[in-house]
Amino acid sequence: MNELLLVVTIAGERVAIPAAAVESVVELDTLIAVPRAAPHVAGLSALRSRVLTVIDCQRSLELGVSDCSDGIREAAVVEFDGHHYALIVDLVEDVIEALSEPSPVRAAMEAGWERVSKGMVDSESGPLLLVDVAALIAGTSEAKAA
Amino acid sequence: MDDLIADFVAECREMLEALGGEIVAWEAEPDDRARLDSIFRFVHTVKGNCGFFEFPRLEALSHAAEDALADVRAGRRQADGQLVSAVLAIIDRIGEMIASIEAGEEMPGGDDSSLIQALEPGADGQAAPVAVAAAEGQARTTSAPRTIRLSVELLDRVMSTVSDMVLARNELARRLRESPTEVEVGGAFERLSAIIADMRDAITRTRMQRIENLFVGLPRMVRDLSAELGKQVLVDIEGGDVELDREMIEMIRDPLTHIIRNAVDHGIEKPADRLKAGKREIGILSVSARQSGNQILIDIHDDGRGIDGKKLVAKALDSGFLERDEAAKLNHREQLALIFEAGLSTAKEVTSISGRGVGMDVVRSNIERIGGIVEVDSKLGEGTRMTLRVPLTLTIIPALTLSIAGQNFAIPRSAIEEIVRANGESVTLEHLGGAGVATIRGRRVPDVSLAEILGLDSSVEEIDRTLIVLRPAGGDLYALSVDRIHDHEELVVKPAAPAVMATGLYAGTTLADDGSPILLLDPAGIAEVGGVRLEMQERSARIAENPTASITAATEVLLFRALDGSRRALRLAVVDRIEEVLVSAVKKAAGQLRVQVGEAILPLAGAADVALGGDKVRLFRLNDGTHEIGYAFAEVIDFAVIDNDVIHADRPGEVSGVSLINGEPAELVDAHWLFANHVGAAAHTSEQPVCRLPSDDPWMQNMLRPIVEAAGYRVVSEEEETDADLVIAAQGAEVPDDAAKQTIWLRTEPDSAGKKDESIYRYDRAGLLMALKSASAGRGK
Repeated sequence: MNELLLVVTIAGERVAIPAAAVESVVELDTLIAVPRAAPHVAGLSALRSRVLTVIDCQRSLELGVSDCSDGIREAAVVEFDGHHYALIVDLVEDVIEALSEPSPVRAAMEAGWERVSKGMVDSESGPLLLVDVAALIAGTSEAKAA
Repeated sequence: MDDLIADFVAECREMLEALGGEIVAWEAEPDDRARLDSIFRFVHTVKGNCGFFEFPRLEALSHAAEDALADVRAGRRQADGQLVSAVLAIIDRIGEMIASIEAGEEMPGGDDSSLIQALEPGADGQAAPVAVAAAEGQARTTSAPRTIRLSVELLDRVMSTVSDMVLARNELARRLRESPTEVEVGGAFERLSAIIADMRDAITRTRMQRIENLFVGLPRMVRDLSAELGKQVLVDIEGGDVELDREMIEMIRDPLTHIIRNAVDHGIEKPADRLKAGKREIGILSVSARQSGNQILIDIHDDGRGIDGKKLVAKALDSGFLERDEAAKLNHREQLALIFEAGLSTAKEVTSISGRGVGMDVVRSNIERIGGIVEVDSKLGEGTRMTLRVPLTLTIIPALTLSIAGQNFAIPRSAIEEIVRANGESVTLEHLGGAGVATIRGRRVPDVSLAEILGLDSSVEEIDRTLIVLRPAGGDLYALSVDRIHDHEELVVKPAAPAVMATGLYAGTTLADDGSPILLLDPAGIAEVGGVRLEMQERSARIAENPTASITAATEVLLFRALDGSRRALRLAVVDRIEEVLVSAVKKAAGQLRVQVGEAILPLAGAADVALGGDKVRLFRLNDGTHEIGYAFAEVIDFAVIDNDVIHADRPGEVSGVSLINGEPAELVDAHWLFANHVGAAAHTSEQPVCRLPSDDPWMQNMLRPIVEAAGYRVVSEEEETDADLVIAAQGAEVPDDAAKQTIWLRTEPDSAGKKDESIYRYDRAGLLMALKSASAGRGK
């Protein structure tokens, strides 16, 4: 059985997140800002009395800011290192099966993508970039320094 | 006792399970230090506990194994296959015995000496194999525990489910309010709400325990220990009501036990030695817990012989922990910290209680695992203080919720000293080079704007904000200005994600009653980010020294309209309270107007030459410390502060001067004159006591003199040739010996320099009046 992938759209690009890492897909409505936190930390939200740290994936990739003004955002909830995070994405598409092991991408990608890339996987809908959740959460290097 | 044994059994069982893998790994690689250490800790723990429970066989076994392992740790012996299997046989035997203790059976008979013998270097032959599995299988079927051990994760899950239930209930409540419902439905809903609230309470409590539960066994343990060692120890326990997360309590149980064992065993001396050292025979061991900021502090202090840092260093050099040049650089504190290194102990002899240098490294690793710190401080010959600092996260803490720019935050209540309004009378805000400074009742503290720290736009003007005066753990006071404060709440604080903690501003996150997340602010972190220089301000800088400032701050007056319609002001401090009496209670008697208030008859001022209209009259009750008079008035206008110049009256009288108060002129009533004329004539016919005040000190003359005079003294300058009863001088000033019979020293800082310092803080009015009173009472002697 091959690895399952959650296909999402971030900054207009279809990418894959390992489905095993994803606990659920939610729609966030309330967002509490965290002043002074790194820019890709969009804020906090609550899900079933757990606090979620909301990560703006687009911002983490340095590809602009997700528009949170309309209130409701789709997000994938992941647990990493004992904390729960909600990753804001443009759109959650589907769960599909990976048809190959990740292989290195040999083309030059944008810096943000390069940083979070775990390689390329084949799927029924063509090759997809496999995204490293930990790298998305960590954000840019300046964010860490800040 | 049964509970304690059950705990012991459960703990051993857990450790045995965890040890299973380690033992196998150790067998494969006997030189593995980490494995050796963890096995060593297990036998050490067993030894310590069974000494307490009186399981002599267990104790003998574990002590033997510990001895052998200690030799290996110290490098005196190599771990070979023979030793490994001997130790394994002992651990198996321990497992077997624990199983029978758990089953409540008699300890099975048998001789362990062959097992112990097998540990000896060069011993041959294998120890008899033990049928552990069978024994365990048996034990499990027969045991019927009254308590069960739950994993905290399960409790967490239950708790989070209950929280969800509360949220669902809130939602339902809102729906019910919006639509018309029948009374029965409402009633049922109420019941459901009450049950959910109860349940939430109970679940919350399953996680919280008073630290008392941890302390309750200590006196007995110390008693047994000290009896065994021939010592006398008194245990003093404080702060048992501090609440700690159950998990935390479990985590600090062992370290605390170790520290106390060490204190009794190595710290406190034998009675004879104590007497020789000039101490009381009975040693004192005090254990206290308190909450400080976002930490729980547990102090264990003994008045024993203390730790010799130099000896520790020598020991560390011997065993190769430390290089000679490194050792030379260590300060006292760092020397003491060596006690936490594995395999280091200053104990001369090895006892069955403690003392193979195992305790302290275990203590440290256990405390650090839960994010805590152990500190040690010791004075040779005087005692040792160990402090465990355990974080508060995972505990429920009382907090204050506040908002800034519409967003809610919480702050731990324990750090809050007081809350004042920025526009309050006793508060002034100033800016110095862009930094805020708040002066609160004469005390200057840095003022940090939370909006600025957080980079939020606050629509509330600086002057309308609320100042929260904070004292972070281990830090200095500062004021945090926020838009508004809301409510006191008990919050379950959870650690926040690293990206949030990286800001240094937050101590964790929590959920409000409505289910929305709230950030808990970290007072120490805010001080750091806000650039408050901790410990940098000198004490004197915190007290506003400028005398004009003090006067402005101190001269609070009550603005009122007198019976004749004039606008007058009276110093607030002399007004005791306001009374309303019937006009008929005012009589002219014994040469002046007097008023009856309750049981007392007071001289009445302010009502001369005025016809009293209506049937009631309101009056201020003025008090000078000994006498009371009434002062009739028409209405109170306001509280005010004299901040303009006072134009003094030409001659003494009821009105001492006039000043602009709140933009209009007001006459200042001279309380001293009132007392002098209404009481003085009667009360001070006898000789007045005399007080000498330095005439060149404006503060003494302006501020102090009225008080001294009000207390019945005649004030003279230092040149005047008369016998003074009292002289008041600033601390450090020179006073000739013959100046007066008594001297009151005044200091400018609220805190006294020490116990021998008998001076009085100069704004300590009560203290001053007391001293004045006792001086005048004692003058006859």
